[in-house]
Amino acid sequence: MKLTEIKAIFHNGLWKQNPGLVQLLGLCPLLAISNSAVNAISLGLATTLVMAMSSGAIAPIRSYVPNEIRIPVFVLIIAVLVTVVQYLMNAYMYGLFVVLGIFIPLIVTNCIVLARAESFASKNPPLASALDGMAMGLGLTAVLAVLGGVREIIGKGTLFSGIDLALGESTQSWVIHVIPDYHGFLLAILPPGAFIGLGLLIAGKNWLNLRAEAKQHSKPASTPMVGEAAQG
Amino acid sequence: MKRIARSTLQTAVNLAFFAVIGTAILAATFSLTHEAIENTIEAEKLKLISQIVPPSQYDNDILRDVKNVPADALLGTSAPTIAYIARLKEQPAAAIIEVVAREGYSGDIRLILAIRPNGELSGVRVLAHKETPGLGDYIDIGKSDWIKGFDGKSRITWGDAQWKVKKDGGQFDYMAGATITPRAVVKEVNQTLQYFALHRDELFAPTTVSAITTVTGDSK
Repeated sequence: MKLTEIKAIFHNGLWKQNPGLVQLLGLCPLLAISNSAVNAISLGLATTLVMAMSSGAIAPIRSYVPNEIRIPVFVLIIAVLVTVVQYLMNAYMYGLFVVLGIFIPLIVTNCIVLARAESFASKNPPLASALDGMAMGLGLTAVLAVLGGVREIIGKGTLFSGIDLALGESTQSWVIHVIPDYHGFLLAILPPGAFIGLGLLIAGKNWLNLRAEAKQHSKPASTPMVGEAAQG
Repeated sequence: MKRIARSTLQTAVNLAFFAVIGTAILAATFSLTHEAIENTIEAEKLKLISQIVPPSQYDNDILRDVKNVPADALLGTSAPTIAYIARLKEQPAAAIIEVVAREGYSGDIRLILAIRPNGELSGVRVLAHKETPGLGDYIDIGKSDWIKGFDGKSRITWGDAQWKVKKDGGQFDYMAGATITPRAVVKEVNQTLQYFALHRDELFAPTTVSAITTVTGDSK
């Protein structure tokens, strides 16, 4: 695998085709669980793990699965992997398991997982597919982390509250009280806060894209070609 | 026709093959983790119980000294639950019961109570609730100490008139803007104490091994 291919995969997952900001797939967990940074990052990483494993597992068997039953087989593989992750979290990260609750099994229904299996892993070699799953998952995690962090700061005035559930009680002191003696802003924690926050993030990304485009147009013709190639 | 049948069969075999492999992976993961899962769940339960009954106040294997509690309107339960019995030197120390406050602002509030043999509350905690974040959620120990206001209270010292929030003329604090939530919790705790008064002797009767049907796992 060439370095440029890897770069392209990660550029796609993290920015150009970001599942949370561009493809707008997997919004259910995005909106529901992003009320705090720790919840958001934890579910994001669990999804990333499932996506990397499922894409990596689907790619090697892609030529053995008849076309008519590929979707049931992909869903089966994804469901098995999610259940494995769920068992592991239940056994070794119980606090987080309780907080994330129903959203762990719901990773199965997160359409971004199946979307990558169908549109990438079923046509590409295993390593590239696993990397694609990972890059897409990380892209989703990044959006979740920003959204969760912003909602938590505005809604509760803290950052990383509940981190002890993920990393053990000794980390309780890592919670940052960004705004001391804050009374909270309920809207940010409730679902509307998620929609508004996501809308602002998408607007922000589009604005950055437009600005980059405008810059390219104003520059002499020799440089844009390089940027263009990297994006493709 | 024959060809269609054969290709259908092939597809079915193919799908079944993946299903078998998937099931095998799940079975393997389950057998590798189920002991750890059971241990964590027990440890979590003991941690929760230690908040409402200090470990120094009992010396029995509390998770295996259990009583089946049938569903009861006073407890707000619609299915049988389990009560854990704490004993110190064979003498009853507390009964730990899970109950449901039905009249929360947004749905049921699940509570766990520890009641001493004399009918006094050893402690109350909220197990799960869907009350409004920032408003009604002060019943949760993670948000405020409100729930500790039940410690040491009983129906001996206070009658029904006192078992209400202050707004309704009772003894329990509430926070302005969220009265429905504490009202529901106080009412349910009061009802549970009434249930306890009626069933005290059954709860504290010595547990025979055969009575334990609901606890899974090895008997130690």
